[in-house]
Amino acid sequence: MKKVSVSFTLNGNTVTAEVPVTWTLLKTLREYFELTGAKEGCGVGECGACTVILDGEAVNSCLCPIPEVEGKSVTTIEGLANEDGTLHPLQEAFLKNNGVQCGFCTSGMLMSSKALLDQNPDPTEDDIRTSIAGNFCRCTGYVQIVESIEMAAKESK
Amino acid sequence: MPDHLFVGKSVPRTIEADKVTGKAVYIDDLKRPGMLYGKILYSNHAHARIKSIDISKAKQLEGVRTVLTGQDIPDVRVGFLKDQTVLKKDVVRQYRDEVAAVAAISPEIAEEAISLIKVEYEKLPAVFDPFEAMKQESPLVHEIDARGRPLKSNILPLPWKFETGDMEQAREDSVYTSKDTVSTTWVNQCCMGTSGCIAEFDQNSNLTLYDQTNVIFGHIGRITEYFSQIGLRGKKIRVVNPVVGGSFGTKLDTDIYEFIAIQLALKTKKPVRILFDREEEFQALPPRQPAVFTIEQGCDKEGKLIFRHCEAILDNGAYTSWGATTPSVMMMPMSSLYRVPNVYFKATCVYTNNIYAQAMRGYGNPQATFAVETSMDTLAEEAGIDPAEFRLINRNRPGDQTPMKLKITSCGLEECIKAVKEKLNWDEKQGKQNGRGVGMASLIHVAGGARVTKSDGHGIMIKLDEYGHVDVIESGTDQGQGSPTVISQIVAEALGVRPEDVFLTFGDTALALWDAGTHASRHTFMAGNAAIGACAKAKRQILEMAVEQMPKIIKMGLKRKKRKDPEFVEPDLDFGLIANPEDLDIRDRMIFPKKEPDHPYFNLPLAQILQNGLLVGTGQSKVVMAEEFYDPPTEMLNWEMKGNLSMTYAFGASGVEVEVDEQTGEVKILNLIAAHDVGKAMNPTLLLGQIYGAAYTGVGYGLTEEIKVRNGRVMNPSFRDYQMLTAMDVVPIEVVIIEPIDEAGPYGAKGVGEPGLVPTAPAIANAVYDAVGVRITDLPITPEKILTALKEKK
Repeated sequence: MKKVSVSFTLNGNTVTAEVPVTWTLLKTLREYFELTGAKEGCGVGECGACTVILDGEAVNSCLCPIPEVEGKSVTTIEGLANEDGTLHPLQEAFLKNNGVQCGFCTSGMLMSSKALLDQNPDPTEDDIRTSIAGNFCRCTGYVQIVESIEMAAKESK
Repeated sequence: MPDHLFVGKSVPRTIEADKVTGKAVYIDDLKRPGMLYGKILYSNHAHARIKSIDISKAKQLEGVRTVLTGQDIPDVRVGFLKDQTVLKKDVVRQYRDEVAAVAAISPEIAEEAISLIKVEYEKLPAVFDPFEAMKQESPLVHEIDARGRPLKSNILPLPWKFETGDMEQAREDSVYTSKDTVSTTWVNQCCMGTSGCIAEFDQNSNLTLYDQTNVIFGHIGRITEYFSQIGLRGKKIRVVNPVVGGSFGTKLDTDIYEFIAIQLALKTKKPVRILFDREEEFQALPPRQPAVFTIEQGCDKEGKLIFRHCEAILDNGAYTSWGATTPSVMMMPMSSLYRVPNVYFKATCVYTNNIYAQAMRGYGNPQATFAVETSMDTLAEEAGIDPAEFRLINRNRPGDQTPMKLKITSCGLEECIKAVKEKLNWDEKQGKQNGRGVGMASLIHVAGGARVTKSDGHGIMIKLDEYGHVDVIESGTDQGQGSPTVISQIVAEALGVRPEDVFLTFGDTALALWDAGTHASRHTFMAGNAAIGACAKAKRQILEMAVEQMPKIIKMGLKRKKRKDPEFVEPDLDFGLIANPEDLDIRDRMIFPKKEPDHPYFNLPLAQILQNGLLVGTGQSKVVMAEEFYDPPTEMLNWEMKGNLSMTYAFGASGVEVEVDEQTGEVKILNLIAAHDVGKAMNPTLLLGQIYGAAYTGVGYGLTEEIKVRNGRVMNPSFRDYQMLTAMDVVPIEVVIIEPIDEAGPYGAKGVGEPGLVPTAPAIANAVYDAVGVRITDLPITPEKILTALKEKK
């Protein structure tokens, strides 16, 4: 398989991956960098478990061909906590308000909501729901996830 | 002193912080050295004879380590009725039948190899409708049974029948009667983490199975039996849970893919992982059991139920997993939801060439409650009684014994129904049929274990290190319900430490005692009671240690003080206060005399006692470790299907207000009230999460979710085509918690995992009827069905 060399910023570090040209960003994160926080829930961009932030936008990394990441900036769940190890307000809120149950959708939920709060620090409930519309969850009914994001938005102010 | 420091408090899920940082290791993330990737080839016919399988090209593909067909492995039958083999070599009976399997060095190569396998089939006549399948002339799905005896019918030899009272007399005595036929369909559990496992043998052929099952010891039983037939009798099996990405019933049985992973690992002598993709999860994972019910009820002129008569037909699919046993749970609402003296319930499971079914949250209860609660509304209307009032008249009460011999201890059903009425403003809104309507439904479910096997036990072991850390070896599993937090709260409370001092190990059969499974909403109840028992024993050990160590430590302290300060006058201490373990207690990491909790000298840190007890020298050193195996005094169902199988039962009621658009048939939920008798809310925030999540899944069951199976094939195997609710489907939901502190429960708690789902769909159906006067008796309640019914009504 033809390989490609792709350089980009990953959670603040400059990195280069040499991976088959057909690989997605998700596969590269999970297999090459061993960052397994982003999950493959469907592999076809329907469930959002693989969501990462690419140049400020929440994207389904399972749909993102790795060559397209060249020169861009990627933030994954592993890069969400603060450098001193303390948790991001979103992470704190999800733990406090039961926004996480089985946890499989959680990385994607957190990255979608992080992208939202970065762009809109004072979102309405509708904004929040729209931001996670592509992130499926079977455990929570979304109620406490939405509340957690609201809580984090307030905390961050 | 406050009653409880941690129980009843909304302790955050900090213990699960790995889940918000990407560190939690799911089966998807787990790799073993040298691990291969397994992939399965499924049948593409609903019923066909396999004429030939050509694996030559697949075998030659670089990176392929083995290709297996039914010819390559022992022809051993597995499953609840032993009605299938691991790889099918002669006949396929459903679209998802496993025909061949590959292990390769990468998932991509495994997938390519699968595409290179050529199977030649000869189509056989198939049957997809259970009513057709029951007819004499129907093609047989199975020619022989597990023992090789010829079969004459597609009806399974599972006589699910419950009968009590005098049905003939009851019919005569009834002033009002109703009869309804309702049906429910296949629903996928939709775990966000798909199915998967890693099978790994050591050099001595002992197996470690990394697996998401929530019945770790059940796996061992089934695999042990399988091993005994494939030449591995006596080998050790260890089942280890990674972090589990949801369960909802999917992980109750040992599925065929798990046996295939074992065979691939055996053949290649390498660890092999099989991980389903989403399409496979929709097509090859047994979903919730569909059923058709014909239900009749009768009541007297005051509205008191006199009888309930119900016959159910279950489309079993081609093989038998736990789906065929759901009638055992259906019997519970059929016989025991509301007071009804005369009951007849019969369920018939029928083989077809459809996909087969298993458990899903509620285990038959959502289906049966849909039938009962539909009938409750139609009979209430027949009798001219308000549906809420009708339910109150017939409600279960504390102290009842139901026809199934369930002993109702605490019962908050009355409070739940009344709460729903009040919150929905029922009396004002009900009965208008003006496009808006209200409906309600109730539930009963096991909430204090469920004796479905001879042991309903649950074991816990706890040990403390000399720093006061508490290791808890839990024999259950956590699939996201929050047990790590709740059990740590219970242990902290019962032992006198803090939740952050408690470290839990879940799901490892090599470490844990035994458990019947994290199913039947039983975990908090069972593990909680086991934890309380184990903590009491550990506490006793600690306090015995304290009786020995405290005086020494205190006297030494006083001496030291005296040395430093010659003026110090030693107090005259009454060591009698701490002379016996019974006189001491532990709270918030401190040990103190019960009589004088704030005694200035007799308050010592737990860790200090543990250190002194261990590092005492002279052959006297001690450690603290205790176990409890809690097996409640419940009964298995007898041959009449009667017995008190749980220590306590959960009750609840859901109320829904809907708006139905008569032009489009769309149903909008304006308000959902979920009132639940939970015994005691151990962690209110986590409890809400269980109810919200279950209720939402119930809304999906009621309105949108359906695996479309056409001629045996799943037509919508993706999230795009399978309509699970998203965050955009806003359902305003309010939870009402009723806490009638149950004597048998840990701190009074009952199980709560499944109940939230059970009454939701029938409540919606009843609300739709109240809104527009059409009764949809076939789930899900789609706009098409409503429009058709409205057209027929006109």
